Amino acid sequence: MNTPLLETRGLSVTIAGKSVCRNLELQLQPGDCLALLGPNGAGKTTLLHTLAGLRTPAQGEVLVDGTPIQKLSRRCIAQRLGLLMQQPEDSLPATALETALIGRHPHIDFWRWESHSDVNLARRALKLVGLDGLEQRVQSQLSGGERRRLDIATILTQDPQILLLDEPAHQLDLHYQLALLAHFRHLARELGHSVVMSLHDVNLAARFCSQVLLLFGAGETFAGTTDKLNSELLSRLYHTPVTAVRAMGGTVFLPG
Amino acid sequence: MQTRVRPALLLVILAVLTLLAFCVALAVGSVPRPPGKVIAALAGGGDALTRTLVLELRLPRAVTAFSVGGLLALAGALMQVLLRNPLADPYILGVSGGAAVGALLSLLLGLAGYWVSGSAFIGALISMLIVFVLAHGRGGWTPTRLLLTGIVVAFGWSAAISLLLVLSDNASLRGMLFWLMGDLAYRSSGWLALIVLAAGLVVCLPFARHLNVLARGETLAEALGVAVRPFSIAIYIAASLFTAVAVTEAGAIGFVGLVIPHLLRLVSGSDHRLLLPGAVLAGGSLLMLADTLARTVIAPEQLPAGVVTAAIGVPVFLYLLNRARGPL
Repeated sequence: MNTPLLETRGLSVTIAGKSVCRNLELQLQPGDCLALLGPNGAGKTTLLHTLAGLRTPAQGEVLVDGTPIQKLSRRCIAQRLGLLMQQPEDSLPATALETALIGRHPHIDFWRWESHSDVNLARRALKLVGLDGLEQRVQSQLSGGERRRLDIATILTQDPQILLLDEPAHQLDLHYQLALLAHFRHLARELGHSVVMSLHDVNLAARFCSQVLLLFGAGETFAGTTDKLNSELLSRLYHTPVTAVRAMGGTVFLPG
Repeated sequence: MQTRVRPALLLVILAVLTLLAFCVALAVGSVPRPPGKVIAALAGGGDALTRTLVLELRLPRAVTAFSVGGLLALAGALMQVLLRNPLADPYILGVSGGAAVGALLSLLLGLAGYWVSGSAFIGALISMLIVFVLAHGRGGWTPTRLLLTGIVVAFGWSAAISLLLVLSDNASLRGMLFWLMGDLAYRSSGWLALIVLAAGLVVCLPFARHLNVLARGETLAEALGVAVRPFSIAIYIAASLFTAVAVTEAGAIGFVGLVIPHLLRLVSGSDHRLLLPGAVLAGGSLLMLADTLARTVIAPEQLPAGVVTAAIGVPVFLYLLNRARGPL
């Protein structure tokens, strides 16, 4: 078996004295698309940030291409691994094109400027998320959903092998939820990327992801292929009754 | 902004503006000299009066003005990225307050010349160190913590300044007020500041793309391969040192460090590879022009340069702000 793109060995993560996961063994091969599910505050963001090397785990280690992540420079990590953050941070104004181009930063040598091919990559990403024509807008002139798509365009411009996506469907309308998640699945299946995405919509996870990792809170986790999802598991996960319904040639989960 | 002046063109325009401002600063004064004689003096010839005026009085002052303006604009641009706050200026973290207290203390003791600038520089360094150490709270070094620490320390300095002003006698009060408003008279040759400015720009420019990334947010910058913590500390130290040198040379000249980076952002966008050299040129020429006006308007009396920078800068900035399309 090949070296996994992203791997955890005995990973234990805690935040503010609360356990997120214990002894997590995770192996992501090219083509894998993993959904991270869990109730609010279970630690999905914390786990993603740990996988991105932005937090040190309580125990165990994260490996990128077989190398422990703390042995890699930030730049080296950023060439292989991208993180879509859940919330935008305070920032100074910049246009959509400038923002997307920022994604090329880890790939461009220290003294060089963005080349034409970098700009083309950014333009293509903006087109893919439906922001072509808005390239010169600054963020404050974009709607919430458009800003979210701009963040997605930035990570697509970065073009990492490993994509860690914190609620990529958040703020997107139905069309873009389906189109962009389908694109991430395409990146995994066809182009051999590995994708981890935290989601709140179980049905999106069931439809677009090959594996799931459930965070129950208090360190309990469940990992498996997507077909292992069932109503008991999900009811226990969300502390809410969930019913599985056969529809549209698959299983759909409904609350209640 | 929909329309953007082409980047290279903007730098050329600013360079020409700088050159013009430099010529004006050399040619204009309370004793007017024709341009031909000024050029002759610069080339090493000309009459003795012109040589003294141009080479010994106006040239050092123009160099100081350019360097101080450039340093303040550069420091302002860096602080705005460090704090991710468009309202940040070089003085926001209290460097100028520390310098002012140092300078006023030495003026109060009746010292002059290098003693004043020396104590101003030491005051600035002390303030920089205090803020740096105190901002390392248990929760780490966040922009908000840094900003609050700096602002509170600056408040402390400003109280100390008021105290010193109250304690001082009438004779030294005028000198103190001029120092506080920013003033380029009786200063050193300015070459040291120019060297610091040139070195600063050379050091900062290669990191300009890192600044672009950091301007988009701390975690994003970290995720895109910037070692945020050491980089932020380096920005803090660089911006504080530039400010300390500028304040030591010319007192607390306001306005340049806040508004010049803004003005550039309005006109040319937010790419720091253009913004940093652009801000240096624009800040330098603004202060050269302001200083020329300051020493000619009511010659032989002189106005504080800080008053004139505001007099030129406020209307220009308000015009550009008003003209800018769309929200900022």
